[in-house]
Amino acid sequence: MFEVSLGHYLTLGAIIFTIGIIGIFLNRKNVIVILMSIELILLAVNINLVSFSIFLQDLSGQIFTLFILTVAAAEAAIGLAIIVVYYRNAGTIRVEEIQNLKG
Amino acid sequence: MLAHAIFFYFFSFVAIISAIMVTASKNTVHSVFFLILDFISISCLFIMIGAEFLGMIMLIVYVGAVAVLFLFVVMMLNVTQQKNQWFKSSETSTHIPVGLIVSLIIFFELIIVIGGWKYKPDIIKNFSDSLISNSTNTHTIGSVLYTEYIHLFQISGMILLVAMIGAIVLTFRKREGVKRQNYFSQISREKNQGVEVVEVKSNEGVKIDV
Repeated sequence: MFEVSLGHYLTLGAIIFTIGIIGIFLNRKNVIVILMSIELILLAVNINLVSFSIFLQDLSGQIFTLFILTVAAAEAAIGLAIIVVYYRNAGTIRVEEIQNLKG
Repeated sequence: MLAHAIFFYFFSFVAIISAIMVTASKNTVHSVFFLILDFISISCLFIMIGAEFLGMIMLIVYVGAVAVLFLFVVMMLNVTQQKNQWFKSSETSTHIPVGLIVSLIIFFELIIVIGGWKYKPDIIKNFSDSLISNSTNTHTIGSVLYTEYIHLFQISGMILLVAMIGAIVLTFRKREGVKRQNYFSQISREKNQGVEVVEVKSNEGVKIDV
């Protein structure tokens, strides 16, 4: 109980990952919350990588966490730019009203 | 060890609650604030288990840059009044049960994978002993990142450059009634269209062709 092992951190990562996926599926509000859910998913992946890296005494996990941070920052910048352009053209970013592809 | 467990459960509780509030809160600004709280508690966890450099980088990059970027976009787009409508959608949509089923299946698959995990007893000896040395976390990350992973490091710099240029190109627009510099007309200007220097004799004045 009082011994925090690798399984605790992996369970925390799994819970946050699932919350991110639920946020993507159940969102009816706007696309920005979907981007935040994607950030949560990447955060869960980072938790897994760092905890494996610490508990297995291997540094590669922390290096790859740095690269995931880079890609997450780039993805947030591009995604928010796309949202701004879409809002300027369509006047809304509600998820229900973005249906130009009839998907 | 007890303090370690207490801090772990506290920070993970805060992280899970704030992650739920990110997806569930009605106001988008509140979602961004809970996202910031989530990042801070996770970076505290990182610092606690010995990855100090990554914890600090998480604070700087996520809280200092990404979350503030989200705040700016929420502020510019005027979307805070669009209330959340999870359970009172207009048409009878099937996305809520389907999403819950898929999410729960993914969660139980992850739990099964974690629960059935067994290591070979001598697996730790097979990895490199880079963490056992006496130097700090930042020092070891630097000594590995700039030698073995230098190409990936430079490629990640290129990714950031492309993302920056892409964001600028996407949001750039030409507006009417705004004066801007035209580099081509500036550079291609001839000498006789430019400023002319006139010698003016005293007490005679000068005649300027208009």
